[in-house]
Amino acid sequence: MKSSVITFPGSNCDRDMDVALRKFGFKNKMVWHNDIELPKSDLIVLPGGFSYGDYLRCGSMASKSRIMQSVIDFAKSGGLVMGICNGFQILVEAGLVPGVLLRNKYLEFICKNVFVKLDNKESIYFKNLDKEILELHIAHNEGNYFCTSDQLKEIKDNNQIAIYYCNKNGQIEDEFNPNGSIKNIAGIFNKEKNVLGMMPHPERMIDQSLSGEDGSLFFKNLINNIK
Amino acid sequence: MKISAIITLKKDVLDPQGKVIHQALDGMGFDNVNEVRQGKYFEIDVKENDPKKAKEIVENMCSKLLANLVIENYKIIETQ
Repeated sequence: MKSSVITFPGSNCDRDMDVALRKFGFKNKMVWHNDIELPKSDLIVLPGGFSYGDYLRCGSMASKSRIMQSVIDFAKSGGLVMGICNGFQILVEAGLVPGVLLRNKYLEFICKNVFVKLDNKESIYFKNLDKEILELHIAHNEGNYFCTSDQLKEIKDNNQIAIYYCNKNGQIEDEFNPNGSIKNIAGIFNKEKNVLGMMPHPERMIDQSLSGEDGSLFFKNLINNIK
Repeated sequence: MKISAIITLKKDVLDPQGKVIHQALDGMGFDNVNEVRQGKYFEIDVKENDPKKAKEIVENMCSKLLANLVIENYKIIETQ
């Protein structure tokens, strides 16, 4: 299985993602934001970081970079595109998933482990995953998911909510919402479910001695689903 | 010619920075404030001398990059 990770100026989780993808069997290539063509890939990943120093709005400048037209075409033709953290912000700015990510409600940069609950177990990203509640890491300043009430109705009707913040038992309540996101949303699909944007970092949870293994479960399952 | 545009948050979008500024103003004794909303201001010098055309160019920039229309509105406030 082939994957590509796009590096933007200011990306800083691109190499972590590369390590994670390789560890679980992907043949990964790093792609520079100024390239025009994507290598042949089964999965494209927009990594976390601070592309273009978060100027204007997080992800807004990166969403207009040269490689993004190819990423948009790839996504529109059904290709799998996953955006993590800043990658999620780039996806919303590119219009590949609905909504926006606002400044965290309490104006703090949040860096901690959280529990998240996966929804939509039929999607290629999550199907066959035994665990429904994962412990993952978040590190962001703008992760407060927002969309209009019309958009919220639409994403609910189309089962586009992918991931919720919750507690370790899977309860989705306000008190387990770290950043003020509407409905505790931590991740979202496009309508066709081939594009996934999420704030948590599965690539930071692939080693028991460093952090945890819940990211390993996600990647192992993902490569099996794509095969 | 120079065109100025302001970008403001739509009214139902939470503005935590505006809220904190409001609280700070309160603390400084400006206790007559109802609400503070923070926005962005752009001054763009366009290579175009026809005001109508220059305005159109900046409007296009606003809708494509400078503002995110899910949460923000834009307004051209000045041409000179």
